[in-house]
Amino acid sequence: MITLTLQIALGCVALALLFNGWRLLKGPALGDRIVALDTMVINAIALIILIGMIGESDAYFEAALLLAMVGFVSTIAYCKFILRGDIVE
Amino acid sequence: MTMVVEIMVCALVLLGAAFVLIGSWALVRLPSTMERLHGPTKATTLGLGSLLVASVFYFQGRLGVWTAHELLIALFLFITAPISANMIAKVHLHRVRIGAFEEPDTKAGAPPRPPGEGDWATFEAPTRNTQASTANT
Repeated sequence: MITLTLQIALGCVALALLFNGWRLLKGPALGDRIVALDTMVINAIALIILIGMIGESDAYFEAALLLAMVGFVSTIAYCKFILRGDIVE
Repeated sequence: MTMVVEIMVCALVLLGAAFVLIGSWALVRLPSTMERLHGPTKATTLGLGSLLVASVFYFQGRLGVWTAHELLIALFLFITAPISANMIAKVHLHRVRIGAFEEPDTKAGAPPRPPGEGDWATFEAPTRNTQASTANT
């Protein structure tokens, strides 16, 4: 039962990533692209956690945590760059 | 793994995956940028939190140990998601204000201006006499 559930969840998250990629390509505003990238990072974390559950491995959580931090910092850096033309003032 | 734990993990995983999918579908479906901010920042983050809780119970059932680093990820995401959403909204308001992007004529319309003579604090402080404002220097 749990194998089937994890496969369904993997399909859902992969579809969500495709939706995000579509929005990333289409735009139209710059804000949409930043949202799409931010959501892609969150979906990638979900994918990593599901893969960790399927592989029954504890080693994926460091990757997920690092990706969460890098995703947040990159979103903020992108926004800061658009707003101020500079990241560290 | 006992049956109860397995059913709980399955329910949490399905709920989380559904929320993640709905949040991303909102990113495709909703008409304007400010509305599109809602789906990913709320539904997707909540779905990921559900997946992380499912992972805690899954590893408890499989390996027999309680782990807390999933909750660390959830905590970090729940703290940072509103901050990124705020920054992205600021970027959008800024781009609309400097005329780099024309807001499409949708039902929700363009973002409203704040009351008073000020403006949204995107590049500068809202008004010139705001405390600790860089606009004064």
